[in-house]
Amino acid sequence: MNHAVENENAATDRVELRIPSRPEWVALARLAAAAVANRLRLSIDEIEDVKLAVTEACTAVIQHENHGDFIHLTCETTPQALRVRVHDSGRQGAHGENGQMMDLDEARIAGLGVFLIRTLMDEVSYDVHPQLGTDLLMVKRLAAGQAG
Amino acid sequence: MDIKVNVRQGPGDCYVVDLSGEIDVYTSPKVKDAIGELIDRGVYYLVINLEKVRYIDSTGLGVLIGGLKRVREHGGSVNLVCTNLQIKKIFDITGLVKIFGIFDTEDAAMKALV
Repeated sequence: MNHAVENENAATDRVELRIPSRPEWVALARLAAAAVANRLRLSIDEIEDVKLAVTEACTAVIQHENHGDFIHLTCETTPQALRVRVHDSGRQGAHGENGQMMDLDEARIAGLGVFLIRTLMDEVSYDVHPQLGTDLLMVKRLAAGQAG
Repeated sequence: MDIKVNVRQGPGDCYVVDLSGEIDVYTSPKVKDAIGELIDRGVYYLVINLEKVRYIDSTGLGVLIGGLKRVREHGGSVNLVCTNLQIKKIFDITGLVKIFGIFDTEDAAMKALV
């Protein structure tokens, strides 16, 4: 197969995974993302960055009081980047069902997770919908010659 | 994925916590319990050996920070043993290198405690 066609196919690749929103499944999400990152020939350091970012995103979902039953992980490969989307269908709100808030230490650790995601990934954006949940998009750009 | 925790007594009042595996939202409660039990028993000088830890996330960092905070209330300290470059990078970008003593060997971590 010619390389141009291979690259075109790589641009359309999408891997999807749905895991229960529970701590014991987070490792599966990061391993799946790492496997996709490895297919794109990201460096070991970059793969570790993706693993940690996915872990932090899934952990943030699980620690949110109103999270949904499942976390949807989508990894898309393009010739320029790895795009990882973490979607949670939980309802949004600053406070829990009983109006409880995180304590200060929990909030600080959650903030650390967000900081890590922003530091380790090249682009981070999110979309919050009160009924449909949260969509977090994280992008790791490929260095020249990495894809394919 | 799991974490193995082994606690052993070091010299003097110091204890060593050997961790092996991955520390994340699933496994960090086990680490938190082990460190918490030591502190509840009055152990305030700890070396936490991360040599066999392949992975740590913010919940793991949170457990270490929580342990350090508790021992410092009693005048104690926590030193870490870590040579894994990826884990060191996490401590570096989060600024935790300024809070924890991080050493390449258990011996150095132990000596720096007392």
